[in-house]
Amino acid sequence: MEFRLTEERRMLQDSLRRFLAESVTPARIAATTDDAAGHDPDLWRRLTDLGLPGAMVSEARGGFGGDGFDLMVVFEELGRAGLPTPLLDSAVLAGGLLAETGRDDLLARVIEGQVIAFAHAEPGSRYDLSRVATRAQRRADGWHVAGHKAVVHAAPAAEALIVSARTGGAVADEDGLSLFLVPRDAVTMRDYPLQGGGRAAEVHVDATLPADALLMPEGTALAAIERAQARATAAQCAEALGLMEAIKTLTVDYLRTRKQFGQPIGKFQALQHRMADVLIEIEQARSAVINLCGHMDAERPLRERHVSATKNLVGRAARLVVEESIQMHGGIGMTRDYALGHLAKRLTMVDHRFGDADFHLERFVALGAA
Amino acid sequence: MDLTYTKAQIAFRDELRGFLADKLPQALSEKVARGLRLTKSDYETWHAILNARGWLGVTWPREHGGTGWDAVQRHIFEEEVTAAHAPRIVPFGVNMLGPVLMKFGSDAQKALYLPRILNGDDWWCQGYSEPGAGSDLASLRTEAVRDGDHYVVNGQKTWTTLGQYANRIFCLVRTSKEGKPQQGISFLLIDMDTPGVEVRPIVLLDGEAEVNEVWFQDVRVPVENLVGPENAGWTCAKYLLTHERTNIAGIGFARAGLAALKRIASAEMQGGRPLIENPLFAAKVAQVEIDLMAMATTNLRTVAAAAEGQAPGPESSMLKVKGTILRQQINALARQAVGPYAQPFVSEALEAGANLDPVGPDYALPATQAYFNNRKLSIYGGSNEVQRQIISKTILEL
Ligand SMILES: Cc1cc2nc3c(=O)[nH]c(=O)nc-3n(C[C@H](O)[C@H](O)[C@H](O)COP(=O)(O)OP(=O)(O)OC[C@H]3O[C@@H](n4cnc5c(N)ncnc54)[C@H](O)[C@@H]3O)c2cc1C
Repeated sequence: MEFRLTEERRMLQDSLRRFLAESVTPARIAATTDDAAGHDPDLWRRLTDLGLPGAMVSEARGGFGGDGFDLMVVFEELGRAGLPTPLLDSAVLAGGLLAETGRDDLLARVIEGQVIAFAHAEPGSRYDLSRVATRAQRRADGWHVAGHKAVVHAAPAAEALIVSARTGGAVADEDGLSLFLVPRDAVTMRDYPLQGGGRAAEVHVDATLPADALLMPEGTALAAIERAQARATAAQCAEALGLMEAIKTLTVDYLRTRKQFGQPIGKFQALQHRMADVLIEIEQARSAVINLCGHMDAERPLRERHVSATKNLVGRAARLVVEESIQMHGGIGMTRDYALGHLAKRLTMVDHRFGDADFHLERFVALGAA
Repeated sequence: MDLTYTKAQIAFRDELRGFLADKLPQALSEKVARGLRLTKSDYETWHAILNARGWLGVTWPREHGGTGWDAVQRHIFEEEVTAAHAPRIVPFGVNMLGPVLMKFGSDAQKALYLPRILNGDDWWCQGYSEPGAGSDLASLRTEAVRDGDHYVVNGQKTWTTLGQYANRIFCLVRTSKEGKPQQGISFLLIDMDTPGVEVRPIVLLDGEAEVNEVWFQDVRVPVENLVGPENAGWTCAKYLLTHERTNIAGIGFARAGLAALKRIASAEMQGGRPLIENPLFAAKVAQVEIDLMAMATTNLRTVAAAAEGQAPGPESSMLKVKGTILRQQINALARQAVGPYAQPFVSEALEAGANLDPVGPDYALPATQAYFNNRKLSIYGGSNEVQRQIISKTILEL
């Protein structure tokens, strides 16, 4: 076993951490919610120049990374900085799907920093991957796709979307799902800010598309969606880990400097023990993320067990870290403009995407029984 | 023991229900039920309705225009008003300053201020906390220096809830640096219109500005605004805190929160079934319900044990800790129940009559906001750590 990062990944980590520490400011984070794109276009350009989207894609597909630990290194740093970017949605989620379709032309655009969003979840689907009501019908000269996609991250910045739709089967069937490439101007959007920063949109599709909009053989998309979401979950959990680390640093600092009753509050044993518990859970979260990233390419049952195990543990740890850090800060922890506020909200929102802790607890049980 | 209400108590409850059905404006209860923003005049309207019936001074004795209700009646009142989605009574004048004035105020102060609290002429806010004095309140530094018939006040208060609506603030100020820190504190009433008072909003996690900084620069306050003797403010402060902690258990809020949680979990679907039927989720809801059933009785036992008309003692710390944890657990479950639509943050939709539709179900944003906002419950009114300290010192004598 080897738990140290390779030299290359360590260099990527160092340069990324330095870059983010120098360039990410609270004002720029706040701007991601206000800017129409839902991210900071200037920072995104510079992160693209650093090679971030390419680091999410394997060499075979034109990138220079794509391993689970590449995801971990990059997303932990983005989490530490609390910066919303389209990287997860465009390079990991959409990029992961494109890598399976052989559309290297589109993947090359993603690597260059163009944003492609993946519009999959719907108002009634909650966290079920196969629950898709959006329908696609074959027409003489192509397809007609119609439906409503919910809380589509990165959609406001996207030049195109990959939209999942049913070409067969009933609403929750595993078979019958297909993927379509849909240009931005073929959908209507209502976009809005997110609690954790950045923007998303409700996407309404009612579009006639050419025959080659279909991205992989009709009706077979679920397995690919699950694989792409496994990678996205790994990235998201690594980002959560970075958020936890940043929150831990802030909180420990505060415990050292905030004085009440003539001493730093970190001298009170009641708080010391709780901060120790927070530390223990963050280390558990780190191990869970390592477990998942190390099983990215494992066979489905093993990989998916790790997806659910990690998402469950990270969800639980995130809640503990958020609630304890706010509590130990007292009133200042409740404010929007102190650095903790954004980090805590962003970390809380991790549990509202790709399945919450309970969803994955049940799924872990079900996968074990299968 | 008898856990049932007496005939008289049931009649009282029915009277309350009739009153609420009759007098609580529907537009108001709808706002509360849907978690929309309440305006200053919403609170004032509700205070006026209660006052017209003689029910605003819930904890006040009759001689001062209060209800004179006993602990059980107050408990029933809390349950009924929260179940009916009435706005809360703004506590600063009615529940905090009122009792202090009755106990320590001069006759002139009582005659002037008590009726104004009930009539809604004054909106008070609480100026205790400072940037450097939170849990360690006695370390406060806002200074009042005697100058003829006035005190001259300099310093800063913070976390002042709804200070933006208030025309008056009651403050703890330092009038002496001799002896223990507690011995140099005075309780002072300050008109917020006095030159030198400045209110600056603080935005919280939910994006709302319910608290403020209040700054004082050479603010001249007449000496007759001192409550009790100079340097005896700590006694008033402690007395007020015990009153602040009456109804601290928040049983009514917890009940309303639980009902809302069940509604959300019935509307949300997971795996083709209502979330409330999911065994794992249902078990979590059941867990808080079980805790709440016992908590309601703990609350009644505690308030009943307190002598007539008196605030409960250190036992109220138990109510504070358990009651706030319970409410926060309910908030967390409601946020979880909302699912992916907890993410959108369109706060304009919290404005009643906004022409912007919410994103997703209309309960999504208020439930998420309540989760973040109610982290405050375990911080203010004496943090839960401070309460545990009180329990271990004064009850356990450790
Ligand atoms: C939303 C909100 C509204 C408020 N409204 C008002 C108001 O209207 N008027 C007003 O005067 N104040 C108000 N407060 C202030 C509130 O009373 C203080 O926040 C509270 O007293 C805690 O003080 P602090 O925030 O400075 O935290 P600190 O006292 O700095 O505490 C930080 C952490 O240390 C812990 N701690 C402190 N001492 C000890 C100890 N001895 N042992 C173990 N742990 C300890 C605390 O529990 C907390 O977790 C409000 C606060 C909030 C959040």
